Amino acid sequence: MITIYSARKIVTMNQSRPDVTHVAVRDGMIIGAGNLTELEGFGEYTLDNRFSAKVLMPGLIEGHSHAVEGKWWRYVYCGFFDRMDPHGKTWSGLESIDSVVDRLKQHDASLSDPDAPLAGWSVDPIYFPEKRITRADLDRVSASRPIGIMHASGHIMNVNSRALELAGFLRGGIESSGLPLGDDGLPTGELRGPDVMMAAGQHAGFDGNMFDFDEPGLIDFGKLCVRKGVTTATDLAAKLADEVVAVGLDVTSRSDFPLRLSTYRFHHGLTPKELLKHVLDLAQKTTDRFRLGRIKIVADGSIQGFTARLNPPGYFNGAPNGLWYIAPEQMQEIYELALQNNIQVHTHTNGDEATDLALDMLDRALQKFPAKDHRFTIQHGQLVNAAQFKRMAKLGFCVNHFANHHFYWGDEHYQLTVGPERAERMNPCRTALDHNIPLAIHSDAPITPIGPLFTAWCAVNRLTGSGRVQGHHERITVDEALYAITMGAAYTLQMDHEIGSIEAGKRADFVVLEDDPTQVDPAALKDVGIWGTVQDGRVFDASQL
Amino acid sequence: MQASCSPSVVSGNAALPVTIVGGYLGSGKTTLINHVLNSATGCRYAVLVNDFGELAIDAQLIESEKGDVISLSGGCVCCSYGNDLTSALLQLDTTTIDQVIIEASGVALPGAIAGSLSLLSAFMVSSIVVLVDSTSVEEQSSDRYLADTIGRQLAAADLVLINKIDLLDEQQAEQVKDWVRKHYPSARIVVTSHANYPLDLFLLEHSVNHAYADEIKINESHATSIYTTFTIDVEGKYDVPELAAKLANAEPGLLRVKGFVRDLDNCIQLIQIVGKRWTVQQAPAKVKEGLVCIGLSSDKITCESISSIVELA
Repeated sequence: MITIYSARKIVTMNQSRPDVTHVAVRDGMIIGAGNLTELEGFGEYTLDNRFSAKVLMPGLIEGHSHAVEGKWWRYVYCGFFDRMDPHGKTWSGLESIDSVVDRLKQHDASLSDPDAPLAGWSVDPIYFPEKRITRADLDRVSASRPIGIMHASGHIMNVNSRALELAGFLRGGIESSGLPLGDDGLPTGELRGPDVMMAAGQHAGFDGNMFDFDEPGLIDFGKLCVRKGVTTATDLAAKLADEVVAVGLDVTSRSDFPLRLSTYRFHHGLTPKELLKHVLDLAQKTTDRFRLGRIKIVADGSIQGFTARLNPPGYFNGAPNGLWYIAPEQMQEIYELALQNNIQVHTHTNGDEATDLALDMLDRALQKFPAKDHRFTIQHGQLVNAAQFKRMAKLGFCVNHFANHHFYWGDEHYQLTVGPERAERMNPCRTALDHNIPLAIHSDAPITPIGPLFTAWCAVNRLTGSGRVQGHHERITVDEALYAITMGAAYTLQMDHEIGSIEAGKRADFVVLEDDPTQVDPAALKDVGIWGTVQDGRVFDASQL
Repeated sequence: MQASCSPSVVSGNAALPVTIVGGYLGSGKTTLINHVLNSATGCRYAVLVNDFGELAIDAQLIESEKGDVISLSGGCVCCSYGNDLTSALLQLDTTTIDQVIIEASGVALPGAIAGSLSLLSAFMVSSIVVLVDSTSVEEQSSDRYLADTIGRQLAAADLVLINKIDLLDEQQAEQVKDWVRKHYPSARIVVTSHANYPLDLFLLEHSVNHAYADEIKINESHATSIYTTFTIDVEGKYDVPELAAKLANAEPGLLRVKGFVRDLDNCIQLIQIVGKRWTVQQAPAKVKEGLVCIGLSSDKITCESISSIVELA
């Protein structure tokens, strides 16, 4: 059964035939893209004109996200910026401590149990006049129930007195950089770093498995993806325990689940050999919509958390160098085992020293186990420089830059973390493309909101939260950015033969847009309306989810 | 780094002692952990490891394996914590455990782990033991990626085990010792082969409900030419934390002290020292004052030298 969809315009991302008006679909596959007369040659068909006033593009691809975002929406959104939830409600940004307290109070009123915990997320007090939140602020919401709000960066949390008390932290004599003290000698309720955060956060209702999706969370993540035009996303740091894999296989197999999810097994907690074995076992279970059998290495920490590994001159504010999360030999061993077994590895590096390490280790591994098309990918690579791109090009590395950082933390990088010069070359998409590095760009959802059109807007405009252009010379064109969120991302996921463009033989994955992103003002790219998606030939209307 | 040298004073016996075992890949951490797991008798250890990789537990000791937890006969458990040590610690049933031993990953900073632990009132850091591979530590310390990590590990150590010394000749061994001494002048250093270091020299036992003379069973088993063991009488009243700090910082060759001392309020306190780290806890009732000391024979630790420190306090 052939369906031919008509559209105002179809932007194909196929350079042989960049725009057409019709696309023919059979059994979830594109059998042709062209005009109606051309496509009629395939035989009997149904003409579907529901998109005749819309613009179709290949389904957008988020090459670095965490499916746990769906679960996090069960916490109260407290972010500074407006953000859409899986149900289509846009939560207004909160611009003061009072507004955060008010929102938490509304939720407090809806809870019948006075001792039940209350968790919020994505608060960003650097934008508030007060700069800091204290436990007294959150005590205004409730003194009886433990309350915690995670910061947007994911590196800091604020809790109220009750949560501090339950964690055993509401006492004098504490000396820890993770627990700043107030004038009274007691912790202010700010928790810095994952260890301290988890110790108190568990009392405030945060799940211990911060990065494992669950069934309702994965369903919600799928809905969020439809609203943002995403038909393929990634779960880029997953432990993939048997029970989580079972949930993933079940949920993604449902006829109304609108997403293809590519998972990458996190290296932590296993030796390289154990990791490889787990990934090879997982690969046996892979399905079209739940991809298994790839590896994610985390080499260092984050720049805004001062845990990324930087080459000299190091941090702008003089903070000591960051932390390694893997030893060089282990990285090399994983690379070697992966190359031998044709397993793809994505490596998180934030600092330029961490990128150097990945380059050195892949260089060594490739000398032992040459591979022509491994597509190992640097994830984030926020401080990659031109010399590193030259090596990356020779070694065959792809890069997936964290373009959203310009907007969310660009001003902080400029003033505090790396200073003006390096802030302007962070996530240097222009230089990457000039060195022929296969490029994707990402949100790292839930750290920043999933939404490839927004991410493309960030790479095109490089505006910071305060509205400055940061790194004029590293801006890319709209066409390049749209390629990065479709074919570019597909390439880094080794799926460019299946998805990423609208052409014969690929999956019928489309984003249905209200306007033509190639024709709008580049400053308005993020505002192009999204009607919904078509995934594997199945139509998902965002207003009907 | 500062935190590593700072002592902890703990009153009461509620907190579980935690030994943090750090050191780069290949330094012998897992070998040391294997010694602990395979010779644990009468003490219930919770051993937290980054991964089960090279663990070699005598199969006869394993009672059950369930996901990230292996239970051993005699009450020991071994858990792999991956990237979430705090959660693993919080999940421990502290009522069934006497001592926690954490094997840090090869690139982890044990001082930072100790810093996080200091916030958890159920636990207290009893020592940071850092192993180095004597055949490669100097090279690693000039590696562009590793130098600062190895340095931060060593700077945080209460006790440094220069391991695999059997692979070096005498001259090379001296050279490595000198190198560590030069760069970490206050380090308590012991050379070992196959991470063979007596457990009672770095692990505390949680229970202190027995007389001190039974507490350190070193006299017989380690009465070799390497270690010297003696008991000091401590009569009179002392500022106990001050005395503990003095002993911990006195002689590099003094490796382990355990015993009971009367404080200025006339209460008897338990002093525990492992390397540079000291702890003071309330002593159980009816114990006899005195300190068992263990030191390196080669560093000329004698009853007289330590007694004079006590007398001066």
